[in-house]
Amino acid sequence: MNPLGEKYLRKPFLPFLFCPGCGDGMIVQSFLQAVDELGIIDDLAMTAGIGCSAWIPVYMHADVLKVLHGRAIPAAIGLKASRPSRKVVVFTGDGDGLAIGGLHLLHAARRNIDMTVVIVNNQIYAMTGGQVAPSTGVGSKTQTTPYGNLEKPLDGCKIAVAAGATMVSRWSTIHTKQLTRTFKKALNHKGFSFIEIISQCPVQTGRYILGSGSPQFNLQWIRDNCVPVKGPTRWTEIESEGKIPVGDILQIEKPEFMEEVLRMNRKVKDEAKGAGGDR
Amino acid sequence: MKQGHIKVMMGNEACAEAALLAGCRFFAGYPITPATEILEVMSRRLPLVDGLCLQMEDEIAAVVAIVGASWGGTKSMTATSGPGFCLMQEGIGLAVAVEAPCVIVNVQRGGPASGQSTSTAQGDFYQARYGSNGDYSLIVLCPSTAQEMFDQTIKAFNLAERFRTPVIILSDEVVGHIREKVTIPDADDLTFVQRKRPKVPMGEFIPFQADADGVPPMPDFNTGYKIPVISQAKSLNGNRGNAKEADENIRRIVSKIEDHMDEFAEVLTYGDEEAETAFVTFGSVCRAARSAVDMGREKGLALRSVEVKTVWPFPDALVRRALDGVKRIVVAEMNLGMIQREIERVVRDPEIKIELFSKIAGIYPQPQEFLRFLEVKR
Repeated sequence: MNPLGEKYLRKPFLPFLFCPGCGDGMIVQSFLQAVDELGIIDDLAMTAGIGCSAWIPVYMHADVLKVLHGRAIPAAIGLKASRPSRKVVVFTGDGDGLAIGGLHLLHAARRNIDMTVVIVNNQIYAMTGGQVAPSTGVGSKTQTTPYGNLEKPLDGCKIAVAAGATMVSRWSTIHTKQLTRTFKKALNHKGFSFIEIISQCPVQTGRYILGSGSPQFNLQWIRDNCVPVKGPTRWTEIESEGKIPVGDILQIEKPEFMEEVLRMNRKVKDEAKGAGGDR
Repeated sequence: MKQGHIKVMMGNEACAEAALLAGCRFFAGYPITPATEILEVMSRRLPLVDGLCLQMEDEIAAVVAIVGASWGGTKSMTATSGPGFCLMQEGIGLAVAVEAPCVIVNVQRGGPASGQSTSTAQGDFYQARYGSNGDYSLIVLCPSTAQEMFDQTIKAFNLAERFRTPVIILSDEVVGHIREKVTIPDADDLTFVQRKRPKVPMGEFIPFQADADGVPPMPDFNTGYKIPVISQAKSLNGNRGNAKEADENIRRIVSKIEDHMDEFAEVLTYGDEEAETAFVTFGSVCRAARSAVDMGREKGLALRSVEVKTVWPFPDALVRRALDGVKRIVVAEMNLGMIQREIERVVRDPEIKIELFSKIAGIYPQPQEFLRFLEVKR
């Protein structure tokens, strides 16, 4: 076994439930590489919802709370509130995070609460058998858009930026080195970090949308369509060409929510003491 | 006379006060009439005791956040009313499945849907028990006074910690908003239960292996146990269970509560315990029934009022005992007949008449109406 796997995987839970050719295993590896380099496995508190990507943290030997569809972020907020020193990481998917859990994403980003949300975007509801997702491209035929998808896809990164996230990046499963670097940056970032990963699902997206269930074909599709760029101008240009720009989008410093909470708690407690009562 | 101090307070305030005393340090909520005061008090008070109160984006987020905080090691609570309680149902099932101790207050109002936001009702009686999907059990307490809002909140936290389960306080608008005398005992005179933590080191710890009482020890996150907690029916090590493991998991989370009901089930009788006519009530309606018993006594009527304080799991044996010797039962409730069905199930004697005195649309039953009901229907 890969030494990282030997060190960090929850072995009684193996084999992975991921299909052959899935991108989730590549994400497990890139993430564990970052965790190993930072030496923070004991501080991790990870949450997930429902879907293929929600199983990613379960295979890591760490504290994991896998909750209901779309609800990973509120669970993460509870864990963070309970002990702010935790490194809280959420694994979600495009359906889990942008459709059923979309509202939670907006509000967690707005608070700039210190956590990392990793959203694995395979452009489909894969675990339920290939239905249209909020990230599915226009015209795509899926099990629930048999005549083609009429709806425009949602851009999770733009939403995260608009809502107030203070670190936003998008990479893909072929950018494993960049992913590890981005995970490390996010885990050290004081605030709400959002990482979208364009991932392959040969079994659903590949077969129904792209036209081939071959993992090689699907990875090649990512290589051809995900274009690393720097700067917003190029970003728009790539998008206008119908491709997917990837790269680091934003990293800024803003007051972090839990720190602000603790600061306010100290202040109101001091004031209450000054007023001569504890109420 | 109890020690402690006496305060005049609203039922909802008494609930918040008790939660703070019980050690609640995380509250997540969403404003909704008639439960909002609990959120308001917690947002004022929690910062003073190093706690945190969050107003979430909706009730789904609120209930899931308290499940997260509970696994984080913090006693947690949320409070809502009907429409919010609907949204919380998936999270209540989650708390059951991941065995997270937490307290959920439902200050009932009229329904269905938005119903009557400022009016009282008891229409969530079955929703409190059966609102989430699948087979499960949980504990539901019903206060009828501001004092009971206080006492039952303490009890709710203790039972949640004892059984690793969500405990629901099924209050209603009358109890939530009534202002009356509440005796707040000194903390030293109260018992506070803490969840069992594992005693064995990580290598020997089996996450969902229960002790003889059906409850597995619960480590806080980030204390070295590296526990996998999934919302699926699970095996003892926390993975998705096969059919046999799932069967055992589901049966255990039900029986850990239902086999130990004698630890917490409570049914009170007010008035003449030998009376042949009994009122059966829960929640705020107990108050009017008590007055009716007193008024009846003045008129020479022998009456008893049976008050079900822990409505779920339904305390069959205690209710049967409290109704021993009755010939006529009047079930009074603010819905179209819910606890009545449980009484019919428990009292299977065709000789005993079970009648429903039902009030809906926010109209609280008056004591004299109880007596008129007895006259008219005789």
